[in-house]
Amino acid sequence: MFENLSEKLQRAFKTLRGQAVLTEENIGEALRELRLALLEADVNFKVVKELIDHIQAKAVGQQVATSLSPGEQVIKIVRDELVATLGTDTARVKFASQPPTVILMAGLQGSGKTTTSGKLANWLKNGGHRPLLVSVDVYRPAAREQLKVVAHAIKANIYEGSNVEANTATVERLAKEAKREAMISGSDVLIVDTAGRLHIDDQLMDEMQSLKKILNPSEILFVADAMTGQDAVRSADEFHKKLSLTGVVLTKMDGDARGGAALSIRQVTGQPIKFIGVGEKYDALEPFHPDRIVSRILGMGDILSLIERAEQNVDKKKAQEMASRALSGDGFSLEDFRDQLQQVKKMGSIKNIMGMLPSIGPFAGMQKHADKVDEKQIGRIEAIISSMTAHERHHHEVINGSRRKRIARGSGTSVQEVNNLLRQYAQMRKMFKDMGKASFGRKLAGMKFPGM
Amino acid sequence: MLRSLFGGTDTEKEPAKKPGFFERMKQAVTRTRENLSERIEEAVSFNKEIDRNTLEDLEATLIGADLGTTTTQEVLGKLREKADRKQIKDVEELKRLLKAELLAILNRANVPPVPAPEGMPEVILVVGVNGTGKTTSIGKLTQFLRSQGKSVTLCAADTFRAAAIEQLEIWGQRTGTEVIRTKAGGDPAAVLFDALQAATARHSDYVIVDTAGRLHNKAGLMAELEKMRRTAQRIVPGAPHETLLVVDATTGQNGLQQARQFTDSAGVTGIVLSKLDGTAKGGVVIAISRELGLPVRYVGVGEKADDLLRFVPEDFVDSLFD
Ligand SMILES: Nc1nc2c(ncn2[C@@H]2O[C@H](COP(=O)(O)OP(=O)(O)OP(=O)(O)O)[C@@H](O)[C@H]2O)c(=O)[nH]1
Ligand SMILES: [Mg+2]
Repeated sequence: MFENLSEKLQRAFKTLRGQAVLTEENIGEALRELRLALLEADVNFKVVKELIDHIQAKAVGQQVATSLSPGEQVIKIVRDELVATLGTDTARVKFASQPPTVILMAGLQGSGKTTTSGKLANWLKNGGHRPLLVSVDVYRPAAREQLKVVAHAIKANIYEGSNVEANTATVERLAKEAKREAMISGSDVLIVDTAGRLHIDDQLMDEMQSLKKILNPSEILFVADAMTGQDAVRSADEFHKKLSLTGVVLTKMDGDARGGAALSIRQVTGQPIKFIGVGEKYDALEPFHPDRIVSRILGMGDILSLIERAEQNVDKKKAQEMASRALSGDGFSLEDFRDQLQQVKKMGSIKNIMGMLPSIGPFAGMQKHADKVDEKQIGRIEAIISSMTAHERHHHEVINGSRRKRIARGSGTSVQEVNNLLRQYAQMRKMFKDMGKASFGRKLAGMKFPGM
Repeated sequence: MLRSLFGGTDTEKEPAKKPGFFERMKQAVTRTRENLSERIEEAVSFNKEIDRNTLEDLEATLIGADLGTTTTQEVLGKLREKADRKQIKDVEELKRLLKAELLAILNRANVPPVPAPEGMPEVILVVGVNGTGKTTSIGKLTQFLRSQGKSVTLCAADTFRAAAIEQLEIWGQRTGTEVIRTKAGGDPAAVLFDALQAATARHSDYVIVDTAGRLHNKAGLMAELEKMRRTAQRIVPGAPHETLLVVDATTGQNGLQQARQFTDSAGVTGIVLSKLDGTAKGGVVIAISRELGLPVRYVGVGEKADDLLRFVPEDFVDSLFD
């Protein structure tokens, strides 16, 4: 396992404590670590250079805030910079004022266009639209057959067409026919799956331009594999130059690639990443969250955005007190636990919060459980804790059998539920304590959330 | 200038000029190609000494070709020592030494596959993540073997992806090769069993097995490959004799993780590097060879039946510097 970047940065900053300002010298090592991390995540090296220069320019001269360590401060600058680079736009499809809205899929071979076309149709269907699919990939063997099977599986309409020969004339004909079919059949969206092509294949890129002319699409989505390396800038740039892309879909995000290509592609095209593909099933399409992928690229959990969310909603001072108590020897009381739950409720659903954790590394298993979180359960937990005396909340070890019975009765729950809660609480408490000593993410892995 | 991987000290910076960050990036990208060659040209024609800048440019070339930081650091580390001691005369020599280092990595990994026992078909299992080019590479490899007068039986063991079987069947038609198949959603191990029996009965020289693309971090799907291997062994001793991992040349550092996991579960013995006809360099295979000792057997350079080449390490290394 590679050392977490945030650990590396913290180490790089050890010597910095007590210094008043960030300087080129005192952040040099941290930036070198950052550079390596970005390169390992497949961010293009030119993009990396620009980012590092930018971050350095921002950081140098900043006062070291008393509340944050210099390391944390730079991590925050880095994070903000990367999130800003990725932008905030998310799953939104531009619809034409005059239906049908045409979505043209574009990308290299094997990037996932056909599967994504199906997922998109499925997503639109669930949103109450009537999509029509068409494949104009007359080149790859069985490509059109593949989309047909997909359409059938999601019960979406498909325009099949006839007399298919492997040439541009056929591609153009199919596109025209499909658009007409969309109008006749009252489909409000036409999704056009195209053959994968190399950005340097002039003939096929011309074909794309011709399709654009014929179809007048509202969206031209560049479908890119999350595993793409340094060449992402080249292909995305060429596609964008020739077609003026309107958005990006990043596929195979259920793999363990860091996904640095997201930064590269966004950087050269300036277009928003609209969706990510997270599986082979047709509902495995999700909106894109810049925060989440930044943490993934950097190899840190999305702990930062959790902290930030918390900061927005929570009395900061109280949170800090709690955090330092939890991480120090004093430990984390049941009262803190209850406060946390209340704040969690304020922040949004647990599902959401768990969703912010990266889906790789130690967190891998947790995402799966997000769906199983029973939000009502939180109310019950609150009730249990509220039925305890103040003394019990601060000294959980005194809660013996008869106290448990009383608490269960008082909260309208069962002894077993009380037992469960206490067990989970003890686990969390220990984890927080350990966290004060050691690294963060790995510990979270073993933790079970209440209500799961 | 790129900040050096070896922690170079020249933090000399261009003054922050302001057309937006985004504009500058675009300029940077369009400059991609000139950069290195220009500098080398310059250094050579003016007969300048090799300096850190030259090394940094070479670093950019290797990183830009997806070799990854570890491999790049290791390879350049050796050269840097010599350069610092002024043991390298000129840029040409530097490049020659660098190429030699890379070649050494690739050649060290160059082990041939185990042959099949007399009278038995050689079984080639083809694996990889989704969309890398497995089925197409199989079509091309079949064409290649057929052109050498060998007989091939194809096994359509991707029963999962929509129309994957049909895709392989078209390759079967194109190459005049029989495809053993089952229905969509069928058991891949079962169709493998059938294919091996058919091939043995017919005395095929080769059986090539197409498998469903799968992400290497999905334990269940990886276990399925182990099961297929066991099935193969039951029918043909030592099978699969070759397990080819198809790696897309556009893949970045995740390629290394793919190679690790597929080697663990599927016993990869060689790499097919596909899509080298694009602009991606496919340098991650050097990182793979370095760490796992896996040889690259073939490269894919297009979508037609004869777009498969035997891997030539020298040519590949040269292409990294084009
Ligand atoms: N330009 C180029 N395209 C290739 C090459 N090899 C494969 N392709 C294309 O890449 C796409 C994916 O190829 P497939 O052979 O279907 O890939 P696969 O690994 O079998 O895909 P799955 O079975 O879906 O995982 C197709 O459009 C192929 O035509 C190559 O060497 N060069
Ligand atoms: Mg296939």
